[in-house]
Amino acid sequence: MDYLLFGYFAGVIALTAVFVVAFRNPVYSALSLLIMFFHVAGLYVTLHAEFLAAVQIIVYAGAILVLYLFVIMLLNLKTDDRYHSQWRAAAVVGGALLIEFLVLLAGSLSAPPAAVPRVDIETGDNTLAIGETLFSTYLFPFEVASLILLVAMIGAIVLAKREVPETPAS
Amino acid sequence: MTIPITYYLVLSAIVFLTGLVGVLIRRNIIAILLSVELMLNATNINFVAFSEHLRDLGGQVFVFFALTVAAAEVAVGLAIIIALHRAKDTIDVEQFTLLKW
Repeated sequence: MDYLLFGYFAGVIALTAVFVVAFRNPVYSALSLLIMFFHVAGLYVTLHAEFLAAVQIIVYAGAILVLYLFVIMLLNLKTDDRYHSQWRAAAVVGGALLIEFLVLLAGSLSAPPAAVPRVDIETGDNTLAIGETLFSTYLFPFEVASLILLVAMIGAIVLAKREVPETPAS
Repeated sequence: MTIPITYYLVLSAIVFLTGLVGVLIRRNIIAILLSVELMLNATNINFVAFSEHLRDLGGQVFVFFALTVAAAEVAVGLAIIIALHRAKDTIDVEQFTLLKW
C-alpha cells in the first residue's frame, strides 16, 4: 500500500515536472505546476508531515501560483516561445549531473537504515511538534524569516511601481 | 513496510534535474521562474524525506523557511518581470543584453 501511494505520487510529480518545462504556453506550465504541488502535498502526508502538506497547498497552490497566473495574464504573453539556444550546454550539465546522481545512488542502495530513536514525530500532533520546535530551537531564524518577507514586500512594491508622472507645478 | 529513502532521493533528483534543464533551455522568464520553483520543491521533498528517515523535525522546519524564501523570491521576481516588460515590451531573456559586453 505504501509503495502504491508512493508510486502514484512520484509518477505524477515526475510527469508534471516534465510538463512544466515542456509546455510552451506558460499558462499550461503553471497549471501543471499546480497539479504537482497537490501531489507533493500528498507525498508529505505519507511522510507524516501533515502541517507542511496544508502549508504547501495554502502557500504554494493558493498564493504563489495565483501570483504567477496573475502576472502571465497581466502581461498577455504570446505563445511563440521557442527553446533557448543554450540547450547544448543544458544537455551537457544535465547529463553530467544525472550520471553523478546515478553513481551516488548506486552506492547508497545498500546503505543500512539509520537506527536513530524517534524524537517527537508521531507522538501526537505534527503541528504541535513543529510549533514547539519552531518557537524554541529555531526562534531566531523564524524572526529573520519575517524580516525577509517584509523586505520582499517593500521590494516588490518599489520595483513594480509605475513611475509617477511629473505633476505640473500649479 | 516503509519506503527506502533512496526512492525519495531518486524522485527529488529527477525533479531537480528537470528544473535545472528548464532554467537553461527556456527563453521565457516566467517559465524560468517556474523551473526554479521545481528545484525548490525537489529540495523540499528531500528535506521532508530525511526528516522522516532520521526522526528529526528540523527538516520540516527548514522546509518552512524554504517556503518563506520561495514566496519572497516570487514576489520580487515577478515585480522585476513586470518592470522589464514595461521597459522593453518583451520577456524573452535573449532580448535583455544590457549587461553583456
